[in-house]
Parts: sequence; structure tokens; C-alpha cells
Amino acid sequence: MHPKRKQKLFIIMGLLSLAAIAVGLTLYALRSNVNLFFSPMQIADGEAPMERQIRAGGMVKEDSVSRNSENLDVVFTVTDYVDDLEVRYSGILPDLFREGQGVVVVGEMREGGYFQASEVMAKHDENYMPKEVADALEESGYSPEDYGVKVKGAD
Amino acid sequence: MWRIIHQLGSPKGFYTLSARLQPWVWAAAALLMLIGGLWGLLYAPADYQQGDSFRIIYVHVPAAFLAQSIFVGLAVAAVVFLVWKIKVADMAASVMAPFGAGMTFVALFSGAVWGVPTWGTWWVWDARLTSMLILLFLYIGIIALRGAYAHRDSGSRAASVLAIVGVINIPIIKYSVEWWNTLHQPATFSITERPAMPAEMWLPLLLMVVGFYCFCIALTLMRTRNEILRRESSKRWVRDLVRGQ
Repeated sequence: MHPKRKQKLFIIMGLLSLAAIAVGLTLYALRSNVNLFFSPMQIADGEAPMERQIRAGGMVKEDSVSRNSENLDVVFTVTDYVDDLEVRYSGILPDLFREGQGVVVVGEMREGGYFQASEVMAKHDENYMPKEVADALEESGYSPEDYGVKVKGAD
Repeated sequence: MWRIIHQLGSPKGFYTLSARLQPWVWAAAALLMLIGGLWGLLYAPADYQQGDSFRIIYVHVPAAFLAQSIFVGLAVAAVVFLVWKIKVADMAASVMAPFGAGMTFVALFSGAVWGVPTWGTWWVWDARLTSMLILLFLYIGIIALRGAYAHRDSGSRAASVLAIVGVINIPIIKYSVEWWNTLHQPATFSITERPAMPAEMWLPLLLMVVGFYCFCIALTLMRTRNEILRRESSKRWVRDLVRGQ
């Protein structure tokens, strides 16, 4: 290669690696801020501030959703299978909200150790399947959530 | 192989070679997108949780793929232009940037439309959505920088440097869903792993992705040819070409 071109290529590579290091260090320093939500474990460890708007995320625990029959109040437990977090919310839930489904809730921790949510967002996973397949899986004893694990395990 | 690369490197060679290539790529793009689109939107089964709204995937995922691939293409073209001074690379980059910006916007917009019924929100400042928004701003920056200089060569060089530095954002977009907690789910569809959906759902998606790539290549060929004629209009072979017609 022509020495001048080689030099230029080296300058570009050097510029790129310097910029990559700068961005990498910045993101490393901001890593806790880039995370969208706290997990119940982090909240139990006291990493999340009290009485300030934060987001928490995890799975809605099976059989934990209880609705008030008079109004839109709903209480449910969000879990990361290590710690549990009690969430209270009043309002309309998204279509995909259900037990065993991931959610992200916006709100604040209150005295008494519960989470008062002002917004509930459903998080869905990367697995898609037709309804018939999901029903068939359910019948054969798998839950649809196992499907992705099965597919990945097959590799 | 080297002969073809050398031929592609000269404006005249690119012009003649792309003329032969162009109709095939256009045909492939039209066929794949037509079949993939109809199959995905009409015949693929609805998702067991999301119902029909999951069909947005057939536009959202190809657009997001292209938005990132085109940016990598811009960076590669920038290195080729800066190091080897191949003008065709810069011409291709200049016509690819607006298309990439458009694809980024389509990915963001379709994602927002999809987010309303499934997540319960159209926008959230999570790492995936934010890094994708930064990609859109990078595209706009590259387009603006190219036009900001009176001397075309200075604009080309400035835009090239921004494309090379901005390519750092691409791995951040790709791995954002793995490095951080995000509302956006991990990738459904990747080159290295089996897709997390049955064949009657991912086959039309594959057709759409390949079709979008063909569309991008065809459009880039066509617009680069125009750019060549515009920039080389004082050259002998272009004058002969125009006079001959």
C-alpha cells in the first residue's frame, strides 16, 4: 500500500478507537442512568431513592393481581424471582398486561414499602407464535414462555 | 474480482456496470416486497398475545435493519473515499444518506405506532429508542454537513469524518437491549440465531428484509448514476453519451 494512504488509514483507525474509548467510558460512567428501570432486588437493597419518580420492572407474579370491584384500583406484585415488590395503581392497564408478563411501572416508593405507580407499561418478549401453536403448547404442558427457551436450547 | 472492483471505482466503469445490474435488482426488490408484504399482512397467522398489531414487524424490522446497515455503508464508503480517494464512494454515500435517514424515521415511527397498543406508550427514553433517535440525528448531521460548505470536496470530507465517528453508535444500538434494562425486547431476528417465531411468521419477514435490501441497492445504483452524470458533466465520455442519444 502507498505509504501516504497507509498513514491516512492509521489516522482514521486511531480517531475511531479514541472516539470509541471516549464513548465507552462515558456509557460506563452513566451505566446506572442508562438502565430504564430498577429491579425489585435493587429496590430491596435500597439502591432506589424514596419519594422520587423512578421506574421499576419485572414480571407480574402469578395469582397476585387483585382488582377493586368498585373502581380502577389494582394491586399486584412485581417480581424478579429474588425479591417481590408490591405495586398499587389506579387506571387503565395496557392490553398485554397479564400475570406472568413483564411490566415496567413508573411511580415512586412510599413509606410502608409499596410502589405507587402512575403509569404501567407492558414489556413483551421477542417470541411470537400463532394462537393455535400457543394453545397446543399449553395442552402439552409447556407454557408459551418455554418456547423461546426450547428454541435457543436447540442450537 | 479485482478487475470488477477497479471498474466499480471509476465513474465510467460504475456507470456501465450498474446499467446491466440495475433492472435485475429492481425486479428482485419489487417481487420480494410484494410477496413478503402480502404474505405477512394477509396470510401469516396473528400473534397469540398481540393479535394483528404484531404485523407491524414486517415493516419495522426491515426498516431498522436498513437504517443501521446503510450507516455502516456510509462509514465504509467514507474510509474508501478518504484513504483511496475513490470519488464514486463519496457519490454513493451522498445519495445513501437521505435514504438511511428515511429508513430510521420509518423504524422510529412504526415502533411508536406499535408501542401504543402493546406497551401502553409510544415513546420511552430507554437505551434502544434513544440510540436509534441519535442515529437519526447523525444522519441529519451528515446530510447538513455535506451541504454546509461552498467547496464540495470540503463538505464530502467533513461528512465522511462524521460518518466514521458516528459508526460507534451502531454496536450501541445492537447491544443496547442486552447491556441495559430496556422496555424494547431483545432481537427476534438475527443472522446468527434461529428466529424466535415459527416459519410461517419469519419467512415473510425474511422476504421483506431481503426485499428492502434489494430496494436500497437498486435505489443507490440509480441515484449514484445520476450523481455521476451531474458531477462528471464536463468530462468527455459524459458529453459523448449525451450527444449520442
